Amino acid sequence: MTEQFVDQRELTGADANRSVWASLRSRPLFWICAVALGLLAVIAIMPGTLAGLLSTSDPRACELSLSVKPPSAAHPFGTDIQGCDILANVFYGARTSLLIGFVATALCAIVALVLGTSAGYYGGLADRIISRLTDVFLGFPFLLGAIVVLNSVATRSALIVALVLALFTWPTLARLVRSSVRSVRESEFVHAASAVGMTDGRILREHVVPNSLGPVLAIVTTMVGNVIVAESTLTFLGVGLRTPSISWGLQLATAQSYFQTAPHLLLYPGLFLTLTVLSLITLGDILRDALDPKGRK
Amino acid sequence: MTEKTMSENQSTTVLSVRDLSVGFRVGGQLIEAVRCVNFDLAAGEALAIVGESGSGKSVTSLAALGLLPPNAEIAGEIRIGGVDVIGAGPAGLASVRGTLAAMIFQDPFGALDPVFTVGYQLTEMLRHHRREMSKQERSQRAVELLKLVEIPEPEVKLASYPHQLSGGQAQRVMIAIALACDPAVLIADEPTTALDVTVQRDILDVLHRLRERLGTAIVMITHDMGVVADFADRVVVMRDGRVEETAPSRQLFSAPRAEYTRALLAAVPRIGAGQREHLPEDERTVLEIENLTVEYRGRRGRNIRSVDDVSFRIREGEMLGLVGESGSGKSSIGKSIIGLAPVSGGRITISGRDISALSRREMRKLKSHIGFVFQNPSGALDPRRTIGQAIAAPLRVHDSLTSAQLSDRVSKLLESVELPAHWSARYPHELSGGQSQRVSIARALALDPSLLIADEPTSALDVSVQATVLDLLRRLQHELHFACLFISHDLAVVDSLCDQVLVLKEGVSVEHGERSQILSSPQHPYTHRLLSAVPYPDPDKQRRRREDPLAG
Repeated sequence: MTEQFVDQRELTGADANRSVWASLRSRPLFWICAVALGLLAVIAIMPGTLAGLLSTSDPRACELSLSVKPPSAAHPFGTDIQGCDILANVFYGARTSLLIGFVATALCAIVALVLGTSAGYYGGLADRIISRLTDVFLGFPFLLGAIVVLNSVATRSALIVALVLALFTWPTLARLVRSSVRSVRESEFVHAASAVGMTDGRILREHVVPNSLGPVLAIVTTMVGNVIVAESTLTFLGVGLRTPSISWGLQLATAQSYFQTAPHLLLYPGLFLTLTVLSLITLGDILRDALDPKGRK
Repeated sequence: MTEKTMSENQSTTVLSVRDLSVGFRVGGQLIEAVRCVNFDLAAGEALAIVGESGSGKSVTSLAALGLLPPNAEIAGEIRIGGVDVIGAGPAGLASVRGTLAAMIFQDPFGALDPVFTVGYQLTEMLRHHRREMSKQERSQRAVELLKLVEIPEPEVKLASYPHQLSGGQAQRVMIAIALACDPAVLIADEPTTALDVTVQRDILDVLHRLRERLGTAIVMITHDMGVVADFADRVVVMRDGRVEETAPSRQLFSAPRAEYTRALLAAVPRIGAGQREHLPEDERTVLEIENLTVEYRGRRGRNIRSVDDVSFRIREGEMLGLVGESGSGKSSIGKSIIGLAPVSGGRITISGRDISALSRREMRKLKSHIGFVFQNPSGALDPRRTIGQAIAAPLRVHDSLTSAQLSDRVSKLLESVELPAHWSARYPHELSGGQSQRVSIARALALDPSLLIADEPTSALDVSVQATVLDLLRRLQHELHFACLFISHDLAVVDSLCDQVLVLKEGVSVEHGERSQILSSPQHPYTHRLLSAVPYPDPDKQRRRREDPLAG
């Protein structure tokens, strides 16, 4: 009776998922990353309230007399060139930067997965069209493209910047997905699934995509950080977000000219960015291990 | 090169292995691979090390050349021509490898570098070990070596790249490279396993003649009892890292001492072993193939014809063996039936329905009447899905069962292939090759198909496992009465299982008929050649066959 129960759960896939969760749960690193990302999310959701607890809640309440002061009790992260509180700025920046990072990466991942999978799985004409399309985008200089696109839009909100960044990052990922899918498509278990009479959609969903996700996951997690940094490049060139917008990218871009006299301007936004990227990469690695049955006990 | 006489050399020992134990340290744990192995190899002798996968035969041979990975822990003594291999440092090993002992591997294409010519790779060995030779001497030697391994037009072949060679030629080049510096010992790790039987025979012939001419002692590592009978003077039988038995070849086959050797010999399929009853003729035809042609689109619009005008039919409860060497198109026929190969001509009819007339949807439905078993047992199962999910897949696609019914059916199927029902939660990597193949069979039979296509289902398995899987197939066919298309390169396996045999050569059917008739009195010379190339697991009989090339 118990045996039947086990079989039943496993056939519906619940058992397999449960052991992924069990494997994740048993790893302390997973919890560290999850807590770190959770905190960042909370900061991004209510930056004002949290900043108010530690220093001022208003990032735009600046006093020029307090320009470039090192960390103190009133301003735990110090103040910037305009005399604004860095902690409040970093907290508010988390909202914009994480939004740009996650939205751009998610869009890019969705486009890359759809196009890469169809090119890799169906091959032929679809493959040729999609491959040439990625080649065109890869051949196009990113900065030039971004400058042209961003200069031609009226308002540069965080969402627009995220869209532009996604537009120029999906081709690399699509190529990766394509080659990954191609290698899985040739495996016998995919032939076996087709021999059983499964539809293409089902084969893709159950066999091809899960088996080709490993390398994609590794790239996607690093991409969030890359996108946040790329936003700072755009800002530095004057085509990204503009003050009064607040983002880590903007802060990093302004801080670099004062790095030698006031390193704390660079340190705090940089620290938060590193924390985000590191947690994501580690989480991605742990997730990949947990999804692979060979890594599970 | 001096012609050495066999009698002079027989007394000296060129390779001696004493109390060899090898373990691998994996994550703090020591996994024993070889335990207390002893054997000697006299100059000019042919020794075979036989065993199934995991027996430690390859590890032993790698240890002899100091080729084990850094996590290996070795105890005991290995001496090659007076040099202690285990104690020798990198410099000492470099002087042993190539000059005293050389090795050839299973996959010749994997061992040859695709970007360099054959000639370059041959002379590379000489440049390394024989610095005093001039460039001209080296290329002369290279031609000489290729002649030694009986490659036609050696001067031309020196300039060719590995991809321009056939599998047999590539393996000959590997042998030539190994022989470049006249080693006293040649270690051959499954040198013919990746090759077709007729090519295997040629390679074994080359090795035979080398031994006669050069007096090189050869260690042959193999799982094939036929190769042992053909080649070896003495045999070491290994199992689970231990030596089960060491005996002269003839004695081993006529009076095996160890129980394991007896079991191993009993599991080897032999042509003409079993006689079975015939089926009545009035059964319903399940699969009918008429003038089938399969063409793959090659590069630059050139089409490659893989199957050319093949016709046959299989009745209910009947098993047809499709036999051929690699590239004969036998797998393409199997794949064309389930729509995985491009059919360019002819007709495939399953249970009276022409599959070319079916829509995609109807074709998918028809697949519930067809089961397919693939060659590679681990590759045919998705590593991320449990075996229960794998077996349930066809049921979920074609039948709408409740999950309780589903798990019930999966349990029954697992039991029918003699696996415990509670294994359904296991993942493929937790299963051995034979067990995975049983799961594949269970999946293929899940919907009680009227046709089973088995594409080399046992060729990746050890002989003892193969015997049990073949028994299982035979039993299931007897119970379920399905028609079966059995694709194989192994004539002995086909002989033990099938009712009809169809011999393919380069996509063309060369002979087709009753099993007993084809295998006992073949009409076509190709069938004849195929049959005579299979080494028979009996040294005396094999010697007679070798002396008389036309004897069946």
